[in-house]
Amino acid sequence: MKKFAVLSACVLFSAVASAQQIPSGQTSVSNPEDTRMKTLEDQVRTLAEEITLLRSELKDLREAKSGEPAASGRVLLASSHLEPGLLAASMPPSANASVAPDPALPQIAQTQTYGGATSNAKLLNPDISLIGDFIGTAGRNTVSPSRSLELHESEVGMQAIIDPYARADAFISFGETGVNVEEGYVTFTALPAGLLLRVGKMRAEFGKVNTIHNHALPFIDRPLATNNLVGGEDGIDDAGISLSRFLPGPKNWFLQGTAQVFRGDSSDVFTANRRQDVSVVGHIRGYRDLGESTNLDLGISYSRGHNNAGFGSTIINPSEFLTNLYAADATLRWKPLRRAIYHSFLFRTELFWSARDQLSPLNVFQTQHAFGLYSDAEYRVNRRWTVGGRFDRSGRATNASLTDTGFSGILTYWPSEFSQIRGQYRYGHLWDIPHDRFTNANELLFQFLFVMGAHGAHPF
Amino acid sequence: MRNAKLHARFTAFLAALALLCAVCPLPLGAAGKLNIMTATTDLAALAQEVGGDKVDVESVARGYQDPHFVEAKPSFLLKLRHADLLIVVGLELEIGWLPPLISQSTNPRIQVGAPGYFDASRFAKILEIPTGVVTRAEGDVHPLGNPHYWLDPENGLRIAKGIQTKLSEMRPNDAAYFAQRYDSFEQRIKQADQKWIAEMKPYAGRKIVTYHRSWPNFAEHFGLDVVGYVEPRPGIPPSPQHTVELIGLMKRDDVKVIVVEPYFDLKTPNAVARDTGGQVIVLMPSVGGEKEITDYFKLFDYDIAKLKQAFDTTK
Repeated sequence: MKKFAVLSACVLFSAVASAQQIPSGQTSVSNPEDTRMKTLEDQVRTLAEEITLLRSELKDLREAKSGEPAASGRVLLASSHLEPGLLAASMPPSANASVAPDPALPQIAQTQTYGGATSNAKLLNPDISLIGDFIGTAGRNTVSPSRSLELHESEVGMQAIIDPYARADAFISFGETGVNVEEGYVTFTALPAGLLLRVGKMRAEFGKVNTIHNHALPFIDRPLATNNLVGGEDGIDDAGISLSRFLPGPKNWFLQGTAQVFRGDSSDVFTANRRQDVSVVGHIRGYRDLGESTNLDLGISYSRGHNNAGFGSTIINPSEFLTNLYAADATLRWKPLRRAIYHSFLFRTELFWSARDQLSPLNVFQTQHAFGLYSDAEYRVNRRWTVGGRFDRSGRATNASLTDTGFSGILTYWPSEFSQIRGQYRYGHLWDIPHDRFTNANELLFQFLFVMGAHGAHPF
Repeated sequence: MRNAKLHARFTAFLAALALLCAVCPLPLGAAGKLNIMTATTDLAALAQEVGGDKVDVESVARGYQDPHFVEAKPSFLLKLRHADLLIVVGLELEIGWLPPLISQSTNPRIQVGAPGYFDASRFAKILEIPTGVVTRAEGDVHPLGNPHYWLDPENGLRIAKGIQTKLSEMRPNDAAYFAQRYDSFEQRIKQADQKWIAEMKPYAGRKIVTYHRSWPNFAEHFGLDVVGYVEPRPGIPPSPQHTVELIGLMKRDDVKVIVVEPYFDLKTPNAVARDTGGQVIVLMPSVGGEKEITDYFKLFDYDIAKLKQAFDTTK
C-alpha cells in the first residue's frame, strides 16, 4: 500500500511538473482549443510513459528485495528460460537466447543478498554472542570445592572488522561474582613481511589449553597441571603485544613463531612489582597433515615473569623472584572428511615445567622445580555423542614435592551445534594442606553450554 | 646474578626469533600466474574455466566434504598466504572456519573487503532468504539466504562472469584471454544446459525429499519439487518423530526419491526408503565429490544421470 501511495505521489508530482513545463509560447497559438487538446494529449502520453517506467522500477525493487534478480539479469541460459513450466513464469517475454549477463548484475545481486531485515540491522555492528556456562557439582572434594550449582560464566563476545587493516575481538566474562575482560584485542592483518600483530588483553600463546576459552574446553574443568602451574582458569591472560609470523620449515610442515610481551600480571603466576617487570612468552608451533584426515600439531613454549614470592622480603629485592615456565604440547587429530560431523578422534598431551623463585621456610632463596602433565583423548561416537578421558599429574608450583594426581571421564551430548550437555566424573588424589595429607576427591560435574548469536570460530 | 643470566637467555631467545623473521623472507607466489584459493571446489572449477592457464586454483574444502564444517587447519594458511584472490561462497556458509583462516593468513590481499576477496554470492541468484524474525528455532538457518546456490548452471554462469571481471581487473593485459575463456564457457554451459533440461523434462514436477536444504537452486532450475527434508530443521539430526512424519508425507504425496549429500549418514534415509518403497540416491553437491566429477559440467552430468535412473526405477 505504501508503495502504491508513493507511486501515486510520484505520478501526481510528475503531473504537476509536466503541467509546469507547458511552453509559454503555446499561448500565442491561433486555436486555443486545439492547443489545449494537444497539450493534454502530450501530458497523458508523458504520464503513461512515466507510469510505465515507475512500474518497471517498482517491480525491479520488489524482485530485488524478495531475492529475485531483475528481469534483465535473469536471462542467462535461454534453454532453461524457454522451458515452459520450469522457469517460464519468471521469464520476460522478450528473452533472448544469446543475451549475456548484464554487467550491472553484480549490483543487483548485491542488493538481493543484503536485502533481509536481519542483515540490514547487523550492518556495521559487530557479531555479538553470549555463551552461557552452567555448572553443577556433586560429590566430595575438600581441597578445591566448587559450588553445587552456578552460572559459572556468561561470556559475551563481540567481533568485527575495524578497518581494511585490522579486526577486533572482545570477550567479556560475567561471572557470579564479577566481570572480567577475558580478552580484548585488535589484530593487524595487513602488515608487511607476513607479520601478524595483536595488541590488547589476550590469552598467551603458551601451550594449548591456556589459549582455549572455558566453553571450548574438551572437559568441564581445566587440567590439574594448569591449575597448579599455569594460573588455573584464567591462566596467562594479560595485557600486552603479540607478534607472530610463519617460519620456513621442512616440506609439508607449517611452522609459526610467536613472541609476546605482557604487563606481567597473570593470576597467581606472574606479578609485576615494578613497571619494568614485564612477562614474556615465546611459542613455536609445528603442524603437519599426515593424511587427508589425520594431522599432527606440536608446540614448545616458554614464559618468564616476576612472581609475588618476594613480597615483604627485606633480604632480597622482590624483583629478583622470577618464574620460568616451559611447556611442550602434542596433538593428534583424526577426522574423516566424508563423515566429519559423525566421527572424530583427538589425543592431546601437554607437559609443563615450572621453575619458581621463592623463599624457603628458613628464608633461604630457592627455586622450586615442578613438573606437570595431562593427556586427554576424545572420540566423537556419532553426531550427538562424544566420550573422552583425561589423566592428570602435577606437582605444585610452590612445593614441587607435592604431586596431585587425577583422572576424568566425560560424556557430551550435542542437541545442536549451539548447545552441549555434559557429564564428567572426576577423581583426584590431592594434597590437603590444612590436614597435611593426601585426600581423595570423587565428584560428578555436569554442564549446560548454550550459544546465543554469532560466535566466531576459534583458531584451530 | 641469576636474574641477569635469565635476562640474557630471554634476550637471546627473542633475538633468535627476530633473526628468523628477518632472514627468512616469505616465498612469493608463482610469477606470472594468479594464485587463486577458493572455499569450495565448485568455485575452483569456475575460476579454472575462466582463468585457464593464467591461474593456479585450489580449493580449501573437498568436494565430498560438508562445506559447513571444514577444519581451519594451519596447512591451509600456507596456501592462503600466497593467494592473490580468495573466492568464497559467502552467505555465512563458511562462518565456522574461514574467518580465522583469513585473519591469520597474514595476507592483506585477501582480507575481507580487500581487492583479492571475492564473494561469489554477490553475483548469484539467492533463494530462501528468510523474512521476518529469524531465530535458531528454525535450526542453523542462514539469514542471508541459502548458500548452496552454485547448483544452478545459471548461477554458475553469473559467477563466472564476475570472476572474469575480477581477473580482468587484476590482470588487464590478460583481459582478452579471460573474455575469450568466459565466452567459451558461456557457449558450452548453454549447450550443456539445454541437454540437461531436455533430459530432465520428462521428470518435471517430480517430488523429492532431500536430507539437507542443499538443492533449492537445482530443484528450481530443473523443475523438481522438494517436499520434505530428512533433517527436521537445517543442521538438526533426524528425530524419530520427524522421521515418522516424513514417512507419512512421502506416502501421502507418493514421493519415491530421497536425495542425500555424500557427507550424511544413510541410516535414516534408508529406513525411510524401506518404509515408503522409495530409493535413496547420493547426489554430489560439489565438484570432486566423486573422482569422475572433475569439472562443473560433470557435476550436473553426474547428478542428472543419477536422478534419471532413480526416477525411472521408482515410477
